[in-house]
Amino acid sequence: MTPLLEVRDLRVGFPTGRGAIHPVDGVSFTLDRGRTLAVVGESGSGKSLTALALLRLVPSPGVIEPGSMVRLGDQVLTELDERAMRAVRGGRIGMVFQDPMTSLNPVFTAGDQIAEAVRAHRKVTAREARDRALALLEEVGMPAPERRLDEYPHQLSGGMRQRVMIAIALAAEPELLIADEPTTALDVTVQAQILELLDALRAKRGMAVLLITHDLGVVAGRADDVAVMYAGQIVESAPTAQLFAAPAHPYTQGLFASIPTLHGERGRLTPIPGVVPPPDQWPSGCRFAPRCAFRFEKSSEPPPLLPAGPGQLARCWLHAEQPA
Amino acid sequence: MTPPLLLVKDLVKHYRAGGFLSAAAPPVRAVDGVSFEIARGETLGLVGESGCGKSSVGRTILRLQEPTSGSAALDGTEIFSLQSEGLRTMRRHMQMIFQDPYGSLNPRMKVGDAIAEGIRIHRLARGAAVGERVAALLAEVGLDAGYATRYPHEFSGGQRQRIGIARALAVEPALIICDEPVSALDVSVQAQVLNLLGDLQRQRGFAYLFIAHDLAVVRQIAQRIAVMYLGRIVETGPVDAVLADPRHPYTVALRSAVPEADPARHGGRIVLAGDPPSPAAPPPGCPFHPRCFHPSRNERCRTERPELRPVGMQMAACHYAEITPLAVEGASSRVAGIA
Repeated sequence: MTPLLEVRDLRVGFPTGRGAIHPVDGVSFTLDRGRTLAVVGESGSGKSLTALALLRLVPSPGVIEPGSMVRLGDQVLTELDERAMRAVRGGRIGMVFQDPMTSLNPVFTAGDQIAEAVRAHRKVTAREARDRALALLEEVGMPAPERRLDEYPHQLSGGMRQRVMIAIALAAEPELLIADEPTTALDVTVQAQILELLDALRAKRGMAVLLITHDLGVVAGRADDVAVMYAGQIVESAPTAQLFAAPAHPYTQGLFASIPTLHGERGRLTPIPGVVPPPDQWPSGCRFAPRCAFRFEKSSEPPPLLPAGPGQLARCWLHAEQPA
Repeated sequence: MTPPLLLVKDLVKHYRAGGFLSAAAPPVRAVDGVSFEIARGETLGLVGESGCGKSSVGRTILRLQEPTSGSAALDGTEIFSLQSEGLRTMRRHMQMIFQDPYGSLNPRMKVGDAIAEGIRIHRLARGAAVGERVAALLAEVGLDAGYATRYPHEFSGGQRQRIGIARALAVEPALIICDEPVSALDVSVQAQVLNLLGDLQRQRGFAYLFIAHDLAVVRQIAQRIAVMYLGRIVETGPVDAVLADPRHPYTVALRSAVPEADPARHGGRIVLAGDPPSPAAPPPGCPFHPRCFHPSRNERCRTERPELRPVGMQMAACHYAEITPLAVEGASSRVAGIA
């Protein structure tokens, strides 16, 4: 079976006074129906821009470079005209972003906004659209859904707003749901509710979910596979259990050592020294090398993704000698 | 027994909604009777979700906001009755580090001047000695002494937070109130700043009131913890005891909701239903009762408010704190409550 989503060599360029920079620089992955892939990275890793590029929503003056390929089912998104692409956004691909307050229109009720999304992709009467909106609010676990239909975003809590966003994203029965930091703005107890909801919807509808997050903790319970991004590239990808059991890239290992936990020894944390360099200062060899405790001569050449474990790839020369 | 460095008793902070039409509206009970103490050199972690009142506690103690009632004493000096001169002296001994390293530094003030401000106000050094102290402080927080002549916008979030720490250290306080000091930072930088905060405390011996929403971060830095819900402390005690054996169901749920970077620990999750109620209309009885899942919960919880009382190593405000709220590591449980 061919995967639902295939991304090959995605590059996003921004012109600067001293030539173009590429905050997303050669990203490739696939995602099957009914699965969740988490893309994890810190600020500046390119994870959110990758999501925007899939939707062809790269902010100006950025461009998706020729040679990049994004395929969803039978459509090559990178070749579609803008009109066809608009039908894909909110149609075959649903989107949920971090801040539901700025994504929702403050002067329309929750019901209006969901109904509008329903009618944008299906020919139905206003009455049918409203019924559908109510069914969607029920599906996303909105408390007292009939009443919420007629409420405005400011009358809803952060968690309820995110449920409205998810209902809008589901309106056109998407095959792929892109969720960019969907719970970052929420309190932990509400965050747990929303993550559980997304997972239940994925299982029920057989959607593929692309979960963009900075939080490895969010990934641990929810994703089938993980791709770790650093400086515009995927530096490690693996099934979730494998990545957590045996992180292969020194950056991934450094992330784990940086996270305080609720269990085990309460020792000093081992932070990654330094900061993520800006895109115009990325090293020509391994981009992590200046912060890496394991760098060696070979690090001056750019490493490819190398087999590092079962289903696991790491962009690190340390794995060059290992049998696959 | 040595008296505590900070002693807070029955602190109350209510906010009134603005405007003449809202005169009859009930006040928002942001802080509704909070008491705790902090010893010299100790760290108390104050934890809770947004709207629980934890930030109001910190801001009121610093007199950035006026309390509605209650008392707070730093080293025996009553804070809430201080006037201008006394307040200034008090602020030398008590400093704050904010969440947003972008908003808390004056963009038009050079980093060195921002750090030197407190030194000058409190006349801790003069002339060339001021510059030397600033340079030493920058070095102490891991920054280049040459940064003193630069402006805040030239720095990353982590560097700005270090500048904020240097500014707080400049007046050699006995207590530093940190309000979400690492929550705006990326994890790799967060770890650097947490280590720095710990190192500085070990070297200088000051105390922290560490306000945060992240239990794991608090566990990393605090010896004691106080969990707030709807303006009240619902559980407090040694951090290891509270996290290993929480006695209040809200602490159990909060701990269970922390997304841990370990797939093996995602089995027995308690997902609380609904949102916290509004602090303008807190439920009668136990404020947690509408979302509670404790096996013993009953009519009493709806009518009678539980007070903090000793249970084992800690204190908990639950009528049934002796009964373990739920087997946290057990089978997955979905908990219903009033939404």
